Amino acid sequence: MANVAANHSSHDHDHGHDGHHDLEALRTMGFWIFIITDCIIFGTLFATYAVLMNSTAGGPTGAELFEMPGVIAETFILLTSSFTSGLAVLSMNRGDKKGLIGWLIVTALLGASFITLEVTEFLKMIDEGAKISTSAFLSAFYTLVGTHGIHVSIGLIWMIALMLQVAKRGITPVTKRKIGNISLYWHFLDVVWIFVFTIVYMMGVR
Amino acid sequence: MKITKLSDFFVTGDPLIYGADVAIGLTMVAIVVALTAFKRWGWLWREWLTTVDHKRIGIMYVIASLLMLFRGGVDALLMRTQLALPDSMEFLKPDHYNDIFTTHGVIMILFMAMPLMFGLFNLTVPLQIGARDVAFPLLNSLSFWLFFMGAMLFNVSFVIGGSPEAGWLAYPPLSEKMFSPGVGQDFYIWGIQISGIGSLMTGINFIVTILKMRAPGMKLMKMPMFTWSVLSSCLTIILAFPILTVTLALLFIDRYFGAHFFTLDMGGNPMMYINLIWMWGHPEVYIVVLPAFGIFSEIVATFSKKRLFGYGSMVFALMSISIFSFFTWAHHFFTMGSGANVNAFFAVTTMIIAIPTGVKIFNWLFTMYKGKITFELPMLWTMAFIPCFIVGGMTGVMLSVAPADFQFHNSYFLIAHFHQVLIGGVVFGYFAGLYYWWPKVFGFKLNDKLGKWAFWLWNIGFYVCFMPQYVLGLMGMTRRVSSYSWDTGWWSWNFVSTIGGFLMGIGFLFQVWQILHSIKFMERVKGDPWGGRTLEWSIPSPAPFYNFAITPKVEGRDDWWRRKELAAKGVQDPPPKYEPIHMPKNSGTPIVMSLFWFILGFGFVFDWLWLIVPGAIGIAATMLYHSFNYDTDYYVTVDEIKKTEAKAGRVV
Repeated sequence: MANVAANHSSHDHDHGHDGHHDLEALRTMGFWIFIITDCIIFGTLFATYAVLMNSTAGGPTGAELFEMPGVIAETFILLTSSFTSGLAVLSMNRGDKKGLIGWLIVTALLGASFITLEVTEFLKMIDEGAKISTSAFLSAFYTLVGTHGIHVSIGLIWMIALMLQVAKRGITPVTKRKIGNISLYWHFLDVVWIFVFTIVYMMGVR
Repeated sequence: MKITKLSDFFVTGDPLIYGADVAIGLTMVAIVVALTAFKRWGWLWREWLTTVDHKRIGIMYVIASLLMLFRGGVDALLMRTQLALPDSMEFLKPDHYNDIFTTHGVIMILFMAMPLMFGLFNLTVPLQIGARDVAFPLLNSLSFWLFFMGAMLFNVSFVIGGSPEAGWLAYPPLSEKMFSPGVGQDFYIWGIQISGIGSLMTGINFIVTILKMRAPGMKLMKMPMFTWSVLSSCLTIILAFPILTVTLALLFIDRYFGAHFFTLDMGGNPMMYINLIWMWGHPEVYIVVLPAFGIFSEIVATFSKKRLFGYGSMVFALMSISIFSFFTWAHHFFTMGSGANVNAFFAVTTMIIAIPTGVKIFNWLFTMYKGKITFELPMLWTMAFIPCFIVGGMTGVMLSVAPADFQFHNSYFLIAHFHQVLIGGVVFGYFAGLYYWWPKVFGFKLNDKLGKWAFWLWNIGFYVCFMPQYVLGLMGMTRRVSSYSWDTGWWSWNFVSTIGGFLMGIGFLFQVWQILHSIKFMERVKGDPWGGRTLEWSIPSPAPFYNFAITPKVEGRDDWWRRKELAAKGVQDPPPKYEPIHMPKNSGTPIVMSLFWFILGFGFVFDWLWLIVPGAIGIAATMLYHSFNYDTDYYVTVDEIKKTEAKAGRVV
């Protein structure tokens, strides 16, 4: 059936000349709109953080808690993973299945180490008594940064599923669209992280 | 909440609840027995539960929302009964009254208005733009099932665990654990959250559908007005609903993990919630009313036999309302000390919305002017809407005057105002739409005589119910009171208002009778019973599952009307040349995934890890299953198209 869909979208790109539509283009557009809604989700969380960032209620402040070396390492790892996901797409566009899967593996490993560092950082903070229930500032901090972390984790599972699909089916219009979308998603998370880094960490340790 | 005895789980102690228990039990038994006796389980699963056909999904939305209208309506009548006789009567105890006004509000907005709106989107939009389906049929089915499971999760709180009682927007700190320790508030959070995800996906789905799947030649400025209104509504949905998602998630994190977003202690800020919830909540009222404006535009043009007056200004009005709706949220709390400048800004932005709305009213009136008007049911509801909405709009402007609002705030004046715009605008509009597109969907018209009874009962009942409430508001009666003393002088007005409420209830019963009667004694209609103007009337009623055998080529606005005029001049369409049609396959994934969402939500409500874990795993597993499934579509053969078209009486 993949062939049916594949043939289908290759023979009528022209919008609707026989009443059919390029399904993969539609899906990509839908994914872009999903990214817009996700932007608003993060925008709302950032606004919440901005309102509550000084409401520490006598608990620890960002300046006392954040350890920049770890955060900078996380930042570099995530930025690099965005670059390698770009390399994966370049391999895909060359029709290089091995290169595509290889770069996806590198991206996923970088993503996994980002998550590991973040979880370690959270655990250390909790160990120091800075829990989500300690103050409104920490509630906002864990929720904002954690939501980003959950997004990255979901991206990892999704990426693994796509690697399996590419390995099984090769580079078809359908897998191409799926890889394109996860790459878009991954870059988007990178952009969000830059805001997290600036607003939460850099402004926090001031 | 830890469940220690069975009575923590099942709500007990009130005869109304026992009555509901019995009714729910009997209904479920009746459904199971009927499906088994008529051997309809397989049919139900194959034809309906797994369908990805937008028309069937639309029908399911309509059925579910009418059931919710019944539930929300019964809530309203219970409240009105309590208020009819003050002091002496303890028909509803104050706690129970809190339950009921909370569930009434939530159900009417989120589980009645929204799904009825999505039902009309689904029934109409693809047909109006000459498309075979929506952009993402499977996602469409998932949207429906998420709404359905969310609504069921919310409704079950009535008999299991206890209803939420912090008002329809669940303001903290009242909705925090400290003041609402039971599970009702958690049912609220998860019921709305799950259905809200569905709404968001519907928004995405219809934007892509409208922007990308229009028939060739249908430029944006040639789209039917209902489609325009759906587009403006969906744009508002995708910008507003993520805010609701986050707001409810934060309230959940407060309640479940002991965080302090909105608590009174440890730096929490309840005012944050009020701001966030209204940043969604105010656009939400425009989300539900914009499509009604589209419906009126279609109906006025059709039943006046004229093209819509001021098409361009109508589009401009719709779009400017969907933008301005995001700059009005603070008018919901003028009295909470934001300061004169903030209040002035939001007062002005709120008043500005009256301008495009006024433009629309004049457009409808000018469309009727010198038209050949026929007073069919859809047109009656449209004409009843206009004066009702004008009064509702004017009292809205009165409320938007910040200094005056200090008097009106939280009084029955406000209650009367928003019921007037929501019933007069949204409910009348969706009824008009249902009557208008009913023959399109089912192939028969609804009985006119019973419909007129319903129409007059609803309309007279409406004014009898809500006009006294304006007076009560000015006399100082505040909302959310379950009783008052005789010496206030409010009794007679309240009593009259209650009579009006029951009149509307009887009107609803007439509509139920009307539907049942019409199913039994229906007269089949052809494709175009009203003399319609837009593409949905160019195909048989009900539409075949693939909608259009041949994709129409659009040349103008009201393209079907143009083609009919050409045909009257003797211009014949060329004989059709059929090609195989690409269609999506039915799928059980959406309903199964939504069931897991229900399980997850129920688990979170009661803090039962043994339900949360399988729920979450189930959601992930069905999502992955879907990702790996490439067998999702098929082709309808030319033979089958010819057979179907011939059966509908079309030239093959």
